[in-house]
Amino acid sequence: MSGICEPAMGAMVGSALTLVETPLLRALLARADDALILGHRLSEWTGHAPILEEELALANLALDLIGQARLLYEYAGAIEGAGHGEDDFAYFRDPPQFRNLLLVEQPNGDFAATMLRHFLYAAFADPYWRAMTAAGDATLAAIAAKAEKEMAYHLRHAAAWVIRLGDGTAESHRRLAAALDALWPFTGEMFTAEAGEAALAEAGAVIDPATLRPLWDATIDRVFAAANLARPSGEWAPSGGRAGRHSEHLGHLLATMQHLARSHPGATW
Amino acid sequence: MYTQALNTAEAPGAPVDAAAAARFQARIDAEQRIEPRDFMPEAYRRTLIRQISQHAHSEIVGMLPEGNWITRAPSLRRKAALLAKVQDEGGHGLYLYAAAETLGVAREALVDQLLAGVAKYSSIFNYPTLTWADIGAIGWLVDGAAIMNQIPLCRCSYGPYARAMIRICKEESFHQRQGFEIMLTLCRGTPAQKAMAQDALDRWWWPVLMMFGPPDAQSQHSQTSTRWKIKRFSNDELRQKFLDATVPQARFLGLTPPDPALAFDAETGHWRAGPIDWAEFEAVLAGNGPCNRERLEARRRAHEDGAWVRDAARAHAEKPRATKAQAA
Ligand SMILES: [Fe+2]
Ligand SMILES: [Fe+2]
Repeated sequence: MSGICEPAMGAMVGSALTLVETPLLRALLARADDALILGHRLSEWTGHAPILEEELALANLALDLIGQARLLYEYAGAIEGAGHGEDDFAYFRDPPQFRNLLLVEQPNGDFAATMLRHFLYAAFADPYWRAMTAAGDATLAAIAAKAEKEMAYHLRHAAAWVIRLGDGTAESHRRLAAALDALWPFTGEMFTAEAGEAALAEAGAVIDPATLRPLWDATIDRVFAAANLARPSGEWAPSGGRAGRHSEHLGHLLATMQHLARSHPGATW
Repeated sequence: MYTQALNTAEAPGAPVDAAAAARFQARIDAEQRIEPRDFMPEAYRRTLIRQISQHAHSEIVGMLPEGNWITRAPSLRRKAALLAKVQDEGGHGLYLYAAAETLGVAREALVDQLLAGVAKYSSIFNYPTLTWADIGAIGWLVDGAAIMNQIPLCRCSYGPYARAMIRICKEESFHQRQGFEIMLTLCRGTPAQKAMAQDALDRWWWPVLMMFGPPDAQSQHSQTSTRWKIKRFSNDELRQKFLDATVPQARFLGLTPPDPALAFDAETGHWRAGPIDWAEFEAVLAGNGPCNRERLEARRRAHEDGAWVRDAARAHAEKPRATKAQAA
C-alpha cells in the first residue's frame, strides 16, 4: 500500500489482501486465526473479570494465543513469499478470508461460557500442538513446542474452572450447562480436515485433527464427570469456518479489531 | 499507578502511649522501616490504609480507559503490549491490596468502599480515551507522572508499601517508555497520526498536571505524612519535577503543550506552567468528571456479575474432599 491518495486509489484504501492460498498457507492461517480470534475474545474481558486474580489469568491466556497467532502469521508470510506480515493477515483480510473455527468466534457470554469455550478448545489444542511437535516441517514443529506448553496450562486452568462451576452452586451449574448446550454443536468442526489439509497430513507435514478425537473425548469425559455435566445430544453440527463461512459474530469482531488499521492504510503504528 | 495527594492524613485518633509514640517517631527519624507487627500509631495505620487502598483502586480503575483500546489496537505488536500493560496495572492493584491487608483490613472491605463511591481513586482515570494516541499519551504522561510520585515512595517508612513500590516502579518506567515510543511513532507518521498525537496531548496535559494534587498552599494535611516519611516531596515539588522532565520530551516529539503561558525560567532553570484550573480538579474529585459514573458503574457491574462465580468457587472449595475425589 503506497499511502498515495489519488482518487483512482480510493477503492484500494483499506481493502483486503489478495491471497493465493496453497494448502499449507491455508492450514497455517486456520491455526493462526483460531489463536487470534480466541485471544481477541478473551481480551474483551479486560477490566471486567469476576475476580482480580482471574483478570490477570485471562490476560495471560489471551497473550499466549495472540503470541501463537503472530508466530504462525509470520511463518505464513514466509511460506507465501509475497511480503505479507502478521498485520496484513490480521487486519487486511475480510471475514470470508478468515479460516478460524466457529467455536472461537462465539461471543464471550458469561464467565461460564468463556471458560467452557476455552476448555473445549484447549482440550483439542493441547494434544494438537503436542502431536505437531513431531511435524515434518521444522518451523512448525518449533512453534508447536511453544504452543503445546502454553496450551497445557490453558487446559488445566479452564478444566479447573469447569469443574469448580459445575460442582459449585446450583446457579453456576445451571449457567455452565446452558453454555454447554450453546457451544457443544461447534466442537465437531475441530476434527474435520479440509481436502488440502488432509493431503498435507498424508504427507506428514501436519497432523490430521481427526486422530485426536479419542484423546479429546477422554479429557471431556473426565472433566465432565467431575463437573456433573452430561454431553448434550442433538444433530445440529454447524461447520464452515475453515472455508470462510462464518457466524454473524465474526464480522462484528473484525469490524472492531480492524477499523483503525484499515482507516489508515500504509501507516506505521 | 497511581498515587495522588488527596489530603489523606487522618486527624490524630485516640490518645496513644506517649513514650511508644516517641519511640515510633525516633525509628522513623532514623530511617528505619516499620513492619506490620511493629507498634504504630492508629492515625499512621489509617493514613496508610487510605493511601495504599486509593492507590490500589487507581490501578484497577485505571485498567478501564486503556482497556478501551485493546480490541482496536492497530497492530498485533501494539495489541499484545497494551494487553500486557493493562495486565501489569491489575498486578499492581493486587500487590497494593496485599500491602494494605498487612495493616489489618480485608481486600473485600476496601473494594466495597470503592464500589460504594466512598473511597477515592486518581482523578486522571475519569477522562475518556478517544483515539489510539490516548494510549501513547497515557503511557508517556500518566505513567510518567505516576513514576514521579512513586519513586519517593520506594523509601516510604512502611516496609510492605515501600517494597511493593520498588517492584511497581520498574514496570511503570517500562510503561512510560512504551507510551513515549507510541507517541514518537505517531509523530513520525502520517499528518493524521501526528494530529492525533497533538490532540491527545491537548486533552491530557492539564489533567496530568492535576494528578499531583492541589497546590501546597492548600494541602494542609501533608505535614503529618511528611513527618511520618510517607510523603517526601510536596505536590508542587513533584509537579515541577514532572514539568521539567516532560516539556523537553514534548518538544522532542514536535508537540506543543496546550499552555500559552508555558515558559522556561533561565534564572532557576525550571519550566513554569500557566495557572491550573483547580475548579476542574475539584469537580472531577467530587464525581463530576467526564467518566466518573461510567468507571464506577463498570467496576460495580464486574463485581455484581462476578458474584455467582465467586460464590461457586467458594462452594466448591468448601465441599468435602470425598465428593470431589469421587468425581475426579
Ligand atoms: Fe500501575
Ligand atoms: Fe503503569
